[in-house]
Amino acid sequence: MLIRRPDPIRPSQITPEQHYLRRRDFIKAAAGLSAAAIGTGLMPGCELGVTEAAPIPKPNAIPDIRKSRWSTDAAPTEYKHITTYNNFVELGDGKSAPARNADRLRTRPWMVQVSGECEAPGEIGIEDLLTGFPQEERVYRFRCVEAWGMVIPWVGFPLRDLLRRFKPTSKAKYVAFETLYDPNQLPGQRGRLYDWPYREGLRMDEAMHALTILATGLYGREMPNQNGAPIRLVVPWKYGFKSIKSIVAIRFTEQQPPATWNMLQPDEYGFYANVNPEVDHPRWSQKQHRVIGAGLFAPEEPTLMFNGYGDQVGHLYANMDLRRYY
Amino acid sequence: MRTSKPHRIVQVGKPIVFLLCLTPLAWLTWRLLSGEASANPIEAIIHGTGNWALRLLLITLAITPLRRLTGRVWLVRFRRMLGLFSFFYASLHLTAYLWLDQRFRWHEIIGDVVQRPYITVGAAAILLMTPLAITSTRGWIKRLGPRWKTLHRLIYPIAILGILHYWWLVKADWREPALYAGILSLMLLARLPTKRWPWPRRCTPRAEPSSP
Repeated sequence: MLIRRPDPIRPSQITPEQHYLRRRDFIKAAAGLSAAAIGTGLMPGCELGVTEAAPIPKPNAIPDIRKSRWSTDAAPTEYKHITTYNNFVELGDGKSAPARNADRLRTRPWMVQVSGECEAPGEIGIEDLLTGFPQEERVYRFRCVEAWGMVIPWVGFPLRDLLRRFKPTSKAKYVAFETLYDPNQLPGQRGRLYDWPYREGLRMDEAMHALTILATGLYGREMPNQNGAPIRLVVPWKYGFKSIKSIVAIRFTEQQPPATWNMLQPDEYGFYANVNPEVDHPRWSQKQHRVIGAGLFAPEEPTLMFNGYGDQVGHLYANMDLRRYY
Repeated sequence: MRTSKPHRIVQVGKPIVFLLCLTPLAWLTWRLLSGEASANPIEAIIHGTGNWALRLLLITLAITPLRRLTGRVWLVRFRRMLGLFSFFYASLHLTAYLWLDQRFRWHEIIGDVVQRPYITVGAAAILLMTPLAITSTRGWIKRLGPRWKTLHRLIYPIAILGILHYWWLVKADWREPALYAGILSLMLLARLPTKRWPWPRRCTPRAEPSSP
């Protein structure tokens, strides 16, 4: 006789408390919306959600966050700016579209596949990424190649802690990353301007550096979708486009992996993309940047070599011509 | 020069068009005051004013083809206002760049104009637009006579420079500048000799200078 055990319930399947407490509102909203939709002859395809009266719930808080000595003491950019001024073409064009379309992205369930030149390839779920690694607060400067900057209080853990679990071999010279590909959730991927999915890569020593983190949240809470939920890379000494969002795959490679912006415009965006005020973008200067949220009359800030992390990462590029390897 | 009696449509239409041309400025002001553009207000101003300078320029260029297509001569009476509003937004765009973005650091500004092609063509566009704005009055039309038409033909290279300025500054999404380029091409094509086109041909009134 076959006795079938039910599948264990995963933490990600548990209804969040704030939704549970408002379940009757949800049902009323669903009934009301269906009636309205049938009444007006429209049938929305999107999910029925929270009632208009209740505000959008903030992401869940991440427990037990430790401080880190790598944090800057510069004042962080306001949460509202970090979460409404985004380059995330998959969720829409322009800076404000990603926040508007954020609810299209489903971040549970979420698995990250790890493969390539390693002894223990496998996969890991977002729950394990949140609970299996001590989460730290890393307040990092963030510098976009478009010449604007923020200070972001990320929550995350060192990438190397994850990579070591999968035992990269000596053939692993680079680490490649890939974003989710799903045009239903990410409508920007229906366009052909970019070669989807978004891809990025790091040299092995860059990936194993203490500053490089996988970020699970910001301001003490889980990552908002428009910032690359549920898990993204943050490499603070490089231009922002290297900090790939919504990662589903990590691969150890022997050759330098493809990187989206580098493929799109190779003479403007290099593989290394280190923040460097001495090497201008072909079409604009990189000597300074605008501080997001600083207001109409705030002056631009001078851009620092390696975004101010030169003491920590300069040695990685000691013998490299950074004008050639931009 | 004989001035014609203002057509009723023009009398009513001009204040309306004037207010419509001010709405982009009102909307931009609202965005700034409400905090909606508070992440990067300087970028909002520069992009907003630049976009509307270009759009109004294309609308101005659409007047002549529309006149030929519909035979409605009074459309031409709106052309100066639209052209001047394009110059108005271009001037705000330049002011925002010089004051808010560059804070009147002339050394950097000259460096930009010389080293950054997209700024070179932008500077050229507004420089060329200035004499057109100054000579838009009836007094100047009279003073320059047939040379007025020649001078105002500069609007074509100005439009091309303006679109190049936009095209060369976008990161990767060329769709909007490409759209403007497409519209400009249509406007230029529509100016080919009317013998080739089946538009109804009407006389131009003597009080209006004929289109360049």
